[in-house]
Amino acid sequence: MNYEKKSLANRIGFWVVLGIVFFFFMFPLYWIAVSSIKTRTDVISRVPSYIPYTQFQPTLDNYTSILLGTTIESDTGVRASADLSVFRDRLTNSVIIAGLSTLLAVILGTLAAYAVSRFHIRGESDLMFFILSTRMLPPIVVLIPIFLLFSNLNLRDSYPGIILLYTTVNLPFVVWMMKGFFDEIPVEYEEAAMIDGYSRLQAIWKIVIPEAIPAMAATAVFSAIVAWNEFVFANLLNRTYGATVPPWLNSIIGVGAVEWGRLAAASVIFVLPIVIFTFLVRNYLLRGVTFGAVRR
Amino acid sequence: MADVRLKNVSKRFGESKKNDAVMAVKDLDLDVADGEFLVLLGPSGCGKTTTLRMVAGLERATSGEIFIGDRSVNDLPPGDRDIAFVFQFYALYPHLSVYDNISFPLRAQNMSKSEVDEQVRRVASRLKIEHVLNRRPNRLPSGEQQRVALGRAIVRQPQVFLMDEPLTNLDASLRSEMRVELKHLQQELGTTMLYVTHDQVEAMSMSHRIAVMSMGVLQQVDTPLEIYNHPKTLFVATFIGSPPMNTVACKVVDGHHLQGIENTFRLTLDPSYANRLANTKEVVFGIRSEDARLVNDDSAQLRGTVAVREPLGDETIYDMDMGQYRMAVKTPPRQIFRPGEPVGVAINLNRIHLFDRVTGQAV
Repeated sequence: MNYEKKSLANRIGFWVVLGIVFFFFMFPLYWIAVSSIKTRTDVISRVPSYIPYTQFQPTLDNYTSILLGTTIESDTGVRASADLSVFRDRLTNSVIIAGLSTLLAVILGTLAAYAVSRFHIRGESDLMFFILSTRMLPPIVVLIPIFLLFSNLNLRDSYPGIILLYTTVNLPFVVWMMKGFFDEIPVEYEEAAMIDGYSRLQAIWKIVIPEAIPAMAATAVFSAIVAWNEFVFANLLNRTYGATVPPWLNSIIGVGAVEWGRLAAASVIFVLPIVIFTFLVRNYLLRGVTFGAVRR
Repeated sequence: MADVRLKNVSKRFGESKKNDAVMAVKDLDLDVADGEFLVLLGPSGCGKTTTLRMVAGLERATSGEIFIGDRSVNDLPPGDRDIAFVFQFYALYPHLSVYDNISFPLRAQNMSKSEVDEQVRRVASRLKIEHVLNRRPNRLPSGEQQRVALGRAIVRQPQVFLMDEPLTNLDASLRSEMRVELKHLQQELGTTMLYVTHDQVEAMSMSHRIAVMSMGVLQQVDTPLEIYNHPKTLFVATFIGSPPMNTVACKVVDGHHLQGIENTFRLTLDPSYANRLANTKEVVFGIRSEDARLVNDDSAQLRGTVAVREPLGDETIYDMDMGQYRMAVKTPPRQIFRPGEPVGVAINLNRIHLFDRVTGQAV
């Protein structure tokens, strides 16, 4: 009886804490979402309104405006600070750049991690530390060198340049994540497959990769978020061709007044692909992230 | 079917110039006859698993040659050696169903679907695992996982079975059940079997012959009873048998007398021992616990006090305090002595074992 009471109190406490944490993390997203369907008057109103239809009349004007590049009636008198019509192009660029760089980083990183995990490499721990060390300095430090390098190599304002950059940034993370994961996969699986008549490459493809998919999915989500959100290099390197969404979001803040509604709408659209991707791989994600944390 | 021959095989881990190089297997010569069930037995780190992995092709021999049948397999990859390997942790592919696990080796051979199906069902019915064919292996109880691993091994009808402690992860009752079944399976298939274990009960009960290894060196290859009754080295003598053989170091005096260090006891052997002991000054004297009796009369050669009494039901083991050394003696269950009681120990002098104290070899 006593035990059950305590257990009930525990459970209530658990849900209360969970609720607070959930609110803490989700409220900003909710606020952006409701702001995106408000008119300019509602969005800058002194009295905050949270619930559509009861507290304010929702509108899709912000969305049509940024997706179609049209102006909104209430805009009269306000000068749009940036070209709204490029949002769709920018979004496409972001998808291509984040997608390809993530794919490349996961493929290359997985293969590298497999090699480091399975074969005896001289100076292995030094090598792994070197790979990790490339993430230790703040990116801003290499901003100017990279800019000069890309200028000389004609990599500015191009897909290959920025994709290469994001792949490089994500590789250490992928190598470290996947190495930890491969270390946990018993080598006996491959040995069994090789005894059963398969080559090492076949064993990797048929046995190791299917086992590694959860970890690859988890790693891909984190890599994609990094590439998707990156602002500083995108803002500097790709200003005309292959420009991504984050610098543009900054540019529509507006002159004289902040365009909260359109900013919020663009942010919602910008967040969606990552949310969808994460949602699709959610079953793998938990296993991938907690792998190795729990002793099997 | 094929025999397996290892000629002068060595395995070194690490580079030879460095000090951390380890000789895992040293100059191993071993012939496994066609259809034989041979157990590699030894404590952990003795080189038995390394030997098995060299036969499988998972490790490369540093020197020496390995034959399966008439073929030298040193340079063949594992998949071309026509062997099957059962791992200690089974290594069942977790993302494949039991059916796909068993059919995995067949699909490497471009076998037709109907033929694969027939083979898998044949093996599954032989091992009584038809009802789990569509399930994932990691959801199965360990006994059934074990059967699936065996199924994957026998489905391809290999020349040789290699098994690395396959029963270690089963609980005790299942283990003794699988021992019998595995032996039966090997007799039925007649396939050559090389089986690694550290469990002497498995080795004794299942094998045709046992190869005992210690620190990378083959100690003795013989039938189980021969190994038990006539161990060639002190290591074999003390490794096989439960409780282990009692051993005590002694000096040889007057040809055929043994004298305990510090004069703790004196044993007179048959004069015929004088020849065998002629070149040996110090020996290790060994006697199995069942070859000694506890007595209260003059037939006792040694005296001691009871330290610990372990009743096992069918027999009782007494751990005797003999002064400078200890000794285990098996007695019938109804013969009862109390701890602390002084008792005489009568030794069956026809069943003694003598080893050179320096080399450990039987004399």
